[in-house]
Amino acid sequence: MWKFHRWFERHSLILVVGILVVVSIGGLVQITPLFFIESTIEEVEGVRPYTPLELAGREVYIREGCYVCHSQMVRPLRDEVERYGHYSLAAESMYDHPFQWGSKRTGPDLARVGGRYSDEWHRAHLENPRSVVPESVMPPYAFLARADVNTALMGNHLRANRFLRVPYSDEQVASAAIDARAQAEPLNAHAYDFEQRYPGAAVRDFDGNPQRVTEMDALIAYLQMLGAGIDFDTYQAEAPENTR
Amino acid sequence: MTERERDSVSGTETTGHEWDGVKELDTPLPRWWLYIFYACILAAVIYWVLMPAWPIGNGYTKGVLGFSDRNNVAADVGALRSARAPMFERLADASTAEIAADPELQEFARAAGESVFGDYCRTCHGAGGAGAPGYPVLADDVWIWGGSLAEIEHTLRVGIRADHPETRMSMMPAFGRDGLLTPQQIGDVTEYAISISAARARLDPDRAAAARGAVLYQEQCAACHGATGAGDRNFGAPSLNDDLWLYGGSREEIRRQIELGRGGVMPAWEARFDPGTLRALAYYVHEMGGGEPDAPPPAATPAAVPEPTQNGPPSAPLR
Repeated sequence: MWKFHRWFERHSLILVVGILVVVSIGGLVQITPLFFIESTIEEVEGVRPYTPLELAGREVYIREGCYVCHSQMVRPLRDEVERYGHYSLAAESMYDHPFQWGSKRTGPDLARVGGRYSDEWHRAHLENPRSVVPESVMPPYAFLARADVNTALMGNHLRANRFLRVPYSDEQVASAAIDARAQAEPLNAHAYDFEQRYPGAAVRDFDGNPQRVTEMDALIAYLQMLGAGIDFDTYQAEAPENTR
Repeated sequence: MTERERDSVSGTETTGHEWDGVKELDTPLPRWWLYIFYACILAAVIYWVLMPAWPIGNGYTKGVLGFSDRNNVAADVGALRSARAPMFERLADASTAEIAADPELQEFARAAGESVFGDYCRTCHGAGGAGAPGYPVLADDVWIWGGSLAEIEHTLRVGIRADHPETRMSMMPAFGRDGLLTPQQIGDVTEYAISISAARARLDPDRAAAARGAVLYQEQCAACHGATGAGDRNFGAPSLNDDLWLYGGSREEIRRQIELGRGGVMPAWEARFDPGTLRALAYYVHEMGGGEPDAPPPAATPAAVPEPTQNGPPSAPLR
């Protein structure tokens, strides 16, 4: 034993390799099995891949660092369930790359914010949070209403997500740029096709400006679908694989 | 292992390492520290046995205690619901008079309603229901869709212009934006609207313009707001006879509302709250200031939306 140790101490490269092996054991033991446990993702209906506009909104959410102050994870604790609703399931994040669970709540959790406020409220709140929540410390994001969504890149976004096993069809990837516009323009000629491609997604002018499809449209579309449409009646809380 | 050298001063063994004549003492760890360390290892092993710990193959070791965060929260929430259930059951059948006559029930309804209002409603309707531009005041006795307990509860349940199939739905045409009236005509209607409201004293409407606007009003507005401007709760059309304005009461703000025909959206809460919570919330709002006496429950079907005379706005609900 002692001689073996001497060997490590006298050769820095061997020491480095030894450290890496020891440190990775902890991570591998905890993380690797999760890739193979089938029951990690619960069975529940209503989780769907993001539409291109929602995906663009999610990019804005990440770019602006919303996750620094807002979590998207209702923990299985009584007070959280009372305030926000059903605790978050792994299934709800299965199309998130990366997930936005977060661990810091300067603002409230947003996992179930969808449908809780009107689009107009979100608009007023993002433009000047103090106008609707006087005690808020959130910075204003009025510039989002002046920035057009770059729809030209939407196909690439979907392709990247498909690479990460989000089930986008070829048709959805090909029409991503059209769909991003159509979701925010109810009178758009492609709005019907969009609804066929993404059943259950809302088609409205989210930012109150029918002339443009802005990042405000995208972010509100994303916020309004968070936690909405998940049918918890189809989730079997008592099933052995779901009790954790 | 060979016998190691002892330090002559402390009597402790050295590690055997030597750097330029400097040797390292191999002082043993303090006993108290060592025993705590062993105890920690033992505690970890006991924890593995009792609690969920090691991933294995297609699952993980569950632990003999059967601990589950999700089961615990289900039990906690279940206990909370069953503790509240008797009160909510009493609340579900109670009229405003019955709630007011029962101090225990009243206190419960107030507490439950206040808690939910603070979480979900206050962000738009303001603390105490003070309202904000575009978000109606709940603390006064002016109601757009109805102020009895049943009407308030119905509004909470189905929302306003929300995605509930029975939602309260109406849409004022955007007379200016959609070109239904010319700017001149909108100015005339604005003067007329001021002339029939209590704002006429402070805004001094132009009589000639108001006379022209009166004709347009009967053609375009009277179907919902009534021939005299008394409003119609079936269409959520506010009274124009008072001096309360949802989108502001200056001449410009009144004109702007006729141009844009804005209508707010309130989410439907039926899916989020159980009936008892909705009743408590309705009671809390009813009690804020201007609740009206109980009336027969509202019709199950949403009110029909009268078509504007020219090309109407898109039929999809705006949010």
